[in-house]
Amino acid sequence: MHQSDLISSDIDAYLKAHENKSLLRFITCGSVDDGKSTLIGRLLYESKMIFEDQLTALEQDSKKVGTQGENIDFALLVDGLAAEREQGITIDVAYRFFATEHRKFIVADTPGHEQYTRNMATGASTADLAVLLIDARQGVLTQTKRHAFIASQLGVRHIVLAVNKMDLVDYSEKVFNEIDDDFKTFADQLDIPNLHAIPVSALAGDNVVDGSRYMPWYEGPSLLGYLEGVDVEAEETSLPFRMPVQWVNRPDLDFRGYAGRIAGGIVRPGDDVRVLPSGKQSKIARIVTMDSDLDEAVSGQSVTLTLTDEIDISRGDVIATSETPPEISDQFDTTIIWLSEEPMLPGRSYRMKTSSRLVSATVNAPKHKTDVNTLQKLPAKTLQLNEIGNCTLAVDRPIAFDSYNENRQTGSFILIDRMTNNTVGMGMINFPLRRAANIHWQNLDINKAANAEQKGQSPAVLWFTGLSGSGKSTIANEVQRRLFASGRHSFILDGDNVRHGLNRDLGFTDADRVENIRRVAEVSKLMVDAGLITLVSFISPFRAERELARNLMEEGEFIEIFVNTPLSVAETRDPKGLYKKARAGNLKNFTGIDSPYEAPENPEIEINTDDMSVEDAAERVIKGLIERGIIEA
Amino acid sequence: MSATAQIHLTHLQRLEAEAIHIMREVVSEAQNPVMLYSVGKDSAVMLHLAMKAFYPSKPPFPLLHVDTGWKFKEMISFRDDLVAKLGLELLTHTNPEGLADGIGPFTHGSAVHTDIMKTQALKQALDKYEFDAAFGGARRDEEKSRAKERIFSFRSAQHQWDPKNQRPELWSIYNVQKHEGESIRVFPLSNWTELDIWQYIHLEQIPIVPLYFAAERPVVERDGTLIMVDDDRMPLRDDEQPILKNVRFRTLGCYPLTGAVESTADTLQDIIQEMLLTRTSERQGRVIDHDQSASMEKKKQEGYF
Repeated sequence: MHQSDLISSDIDAYLKAHENKSLLRFITCGSVDDGKSTLIGRLLYESKMIFEDQLTALEQDSKKVGTQGENIDFALLVDGLAAEREQGITIDVAYRFFATEHRKFIVADTPGHEQYTRNMATGASTADLAVLLIDARQGVLTQTKRHAFIASQLGVRHIVLAVNKMDLVDYSEKVFNEIDDDFKTFADQLDIPNLHAIPVSALAGDNVVDGSRYMPWYEGPSLLGYLEGVDVEAEETSLPFRMPVQWVNRPDLDFRGYAGRIAGGIVRPGDDVRVLPSGKQSKIARIVTMDSDLDEAVSGQSVTLTLTDEIDISRGDVIATSETPPEISDQFDTTIIWLSEEPMLPGRSYRMKTSSRLVSATVNAPKHKTDVNTLQKLPAKTLQLNEIGNCTLAVDRPIAFDSYNENRQTGSFILIDRMTNNTVGMGMINFPLRRAANIHWQNLDINKAANAEQKGQSPAVLWFTGLSGSGKSTIANEVQRRLFASGRHSFILDGDNVRHGLNRDLGFTDADRVENIRRVAEVSKLMVDAGLITLVSFISPFRAERELARNLMEEGEFIEIFVNTPLSVAETRDPKGLYKKARAGNLKNFTGIDSPYEAPENPEIEINTDDMSVEDAAERVIKGLIERGIIEA
Repeated sequence: MSATAQIHLTHLQRLEAEAIHIMREVVSEAQNPVMLYSVGKDSAVMLHLAMKAFYPSKPPFPLLHVDTGWKFKEMISFRDDLVAKLGLELLTHTNPEGLADGIGPFTHGSAVHTDIMKTQALKQALDKYEFDAAFGGARRDEEKSRAKERIFSFRSAQHQWDPKNQRPELWSIYNVQKHEGESIRVFPLSNWTELDIWQYIHLEQIPIVPLYFAAERPVVERDGTLIMVDDDRMPLRDDEQPILKNVRFRTLGCYPLTGAVESTADTLQDIIQEMLLTRTSERQGRVIDHDQSASMEKKKQEGYF
């Protein structure tokens, strides 16, 4: 009996069959007029996911704004937000759902225009398969290659080439074969394990759901037939077992469970496991769910595990098979796709989120970026929106990971801007860098504590930040004079002076400013290790870099001093004549004029130079040091 | 679901695992989460998933019901029984000014009523308890504009939604970082369809409000919609006389704004069968969606959930 007949004759049998459906997530990609929305609309229509009231609205819309004359314009069914409908293009990722007797499908629909990489990468990150549309009249275009490249970079292992509009090329087998060959020649450079081409007409319905009487020469399955049959799960369960811990479950003192979603492989009670990054070993005791304990659980399931030993595990740790545990490192070779209008800043500290761990990360300048249209590798200093590059990345503590090639869950990460909280980058780990492992920290007998004790003081960094001409250096100078007079050991790192030597190679672009501060922060850390009270007098306009400097020091060692002078006052003072130059356009990227200054939110000390003399300001700083126990009164 | 897992997960097992994963991320990273509980079938599924996600612990957040004062009586009694049985904390909120002004759908119309007693009331409640993350049961298949909604949807301190400025969601890595005053709406059922919901209710035997099942109920036909006379606040027109009909509801909300459908489906199987054989989509029973094309998107920008 046909399954859908079961609905009226035997609903219980129908439900039983449909409760065992599998799930396939796929992405559709194509250029603007390839007929992508029409194809999805038809899949929804043919699988009876359109209800009558929607169909009525669709018929009305088709007449009003449709592009298919009197016929139904299926594309209208999938174009969503009002603004987009007016423009006639979809501008983001939209998710659609339909189901057949064997499978439920989630379709990520992404648009085909130029600003595309970000959206497609988003859709592809959760897709098991990509349907690439090609207009049979146009053949393989630059855009087709771009889509295939992005899909392969995102680890989509199944690609279906849907050669559309076959009705417009007389259903020609020759045309289809040429396109198929063309594409395969190109795809040989990419890592696409499963590739299949199907000739279709989304508009006329050929080979979409049923076969086509016009193309007897094609003997393969229809598009839907292929999507129903393809196996995408086997690879995931054959991976080594991994489970990132999301949440520690402690309802009472007797139960301690680790909740997470399995990111690869199979787990059973009694399995030997290792907890990373600590490396501690144990065995699985139980797989707990509300229904009952499980005998086994597989990749994709959300479970709660208990172990036979009491070991310290927290969110972000990974429980893994002890046979082939993930690697641990703090430096990686990665592929990064930039998602933000603000370009990537090498050296800046970003938040990095992996499957459930939040850490700090800095990215080095790209080794190269890839032109998505030609696949050429190009030199690059940074990454702009929609660019893909190969970058070295360092995190502030060792983390457990797999290469993205091996495991998409444990090999992926996102980068988050500390100021805006936006997701600005997405990345895939290629391999760990051995640099971290090979350079060991040399333990020295005379350490920071010894250095500090010898000088009879607590070392600290006094970080003066403020506009050019705000009075940072003048105040720092006065503070140091007083420290010196009372027998303290101190040193001033002054912005201008450092740029004469250590940072001579740096200019004033955002990227150079970030590197400028990173170096000075590292130097001031060395000086703190030497036991010195270190005064840093730098404009340091970006919050993220000051935060980076703060994170280098120990708790209480970093004292941010905001020398708060209104721009108008600083500009009137203009001790070096720089504002005048900047206003005249002779000095680019000048803070406060054409480059931003991000004021501190919670500085330890704030000085308003408007109503305070240099002496009073220095006194305020000294008092602050006494209050914090850096120096004695 | 079953005690022994098979190598291939079913679509419902995958959807379940995804929703649980999302809830655990929120609980781990938000300061003060809450679950919006509307008493409907989607809320029933969402609550069931929460019970699973944190078992053997209880869900570490309260439930919040925005009560417009016009919900079906059966919804309220079902809600109170269930919460007592599960031992959970339930907060209810009714817009006090709206209540004082006597705002209601009959006197003020559906638009005013929905705005004041639902949209504004929700904002009040979120502000009052300073919740920074709220689970909602909305699904992407409900309406076209929702197809592009993220699973984690950020709202400004004024509860505004900006569809042009949404964070991309990559893999299953969710960026939960937010600014002071901002809040997140989280939709763990984003990828479920109406059929998935019903199948899951059937498979997991999740209790739902009896109004979903057909029974004899007093209704009047008004402007082509069957409205149930749930209490004596409903002013009857001259030609209206409540009659007993076998009806049920496909969605639940305020009784004056929720159309009933004539039906004999009084078991879950019958409901699913009827749904698969009918030809109208579920939101058609809601009076508020008919206002204008893309109306849901407009409401969302104004802060409707």
